[in-house]
Amino acid sequence: MQRQVALIKQSLFDQGYLDDQFIELEELQDDANPNFVEEVAALYFKDSPRLINSIDQALERGSFDFNRLDSYMHHIGASKVKTECTMFREYCRVGNAEGCLRSFQQLKKEHAILRKKLDHYFQLARQAGPKEAARRSK
Amino acid sequence: MAEVMRPEKFDISNDTSSLASPELLHVLAVDDSIVDRKFIERLLKVSSCKVTVVDSATRALQYLGLDGDNSSVGFQDLKINLIMTDYSMPGMTGYELLKKIKESSAFREIPVVIMSSENILPRIDRCLEEGAEDFLLKPVKLADVKRLRDSLMKAEERVFKNIKHKRELEASDIYSQLKRAKI
Repeated sequence: MQRQVALIKQSLFDQGYLDDQFIELEELQDDANPNFVEEVAALYFKDSPRLINSIDQALERGSFDFNRLDSYMHHIGASKVKTECTMFREYCRVGNAEGCLRSFQQLKKEHAILRKKLDHYFQLARQAGPKEAARRSK
Repeated sequence: MAEVMRPEKFDISNDTSSLASPELLHVLAVDDSIVDRKFIERLLKVSSCKVTVVDSATRALQYLGLDGDNSSVGFQDLKINLIMTDYSMPGMTGYELLKKIKESSAFREIPVVIMSSENILPRIDRCLEEGAEDFLLKPVKLADVKRLRDSLMKAEERVFKNIKHKRELEASDIYSQLKRAKI
């Protein structure tokens, strides 16, 4: 079970869903706060859908207030999702509406995938025992 | 020592709050992102700092008593050693908050650190010119926070030592004056 958790974590890194910041977060965990990373992830997935929604609604209305779109996207960047964020913000910067729409669709996909994978990972990590969740894989 | 002289100037035992030996640093963190707030709070706690987190520059000003509604009289006991603020926030930006703090006589000495996810040179320059202590790129690293804390602790220690030394001099001065008076 613990090996499975470690393998999954490694593959998340390999595929670019997680990066060094995940490790930084893990290093902030201790016995008193063993689930800090999961808590942060939970907050992120509570907060980012709201922002994604705002962008969705704005784009649907055909409203290309690039400054506003850019400021929504500001907070969504997480690893693979970050790449799409950066592209979206570039498109905002140059006022490319089509580019915005395209990168946004991609971003929503990455966001959903990330969420599923992390949910799965944390579930397993919890089952495997708190020590495993706090250990580094790299 | 007799109660012979107790002029206000030699009020030695009062005001221990600001004279306590360097203890926990109290940091005010400002960020509109809930995820970033949780993160910076944890970084600071792990670095043995006392943390107050607010979600906007306006709230930070309220907390400091600089929002104009309260006079700063009630906030004399508020001891903040460091302010860390995000740059890009809706409403008032971290840069504008920095300016307000540097304009205030009560708080202008407090170091202000700006955090930003964007590495924009003119932005960094502008902040440093306005008196920011440092500019950190997000995601902020634990090493950054520890470095800040260490340099602040050193500064506090120096101030503490200076005051302590000054008071020792004053005390020995009173003592020798008393001795002379008593004959």
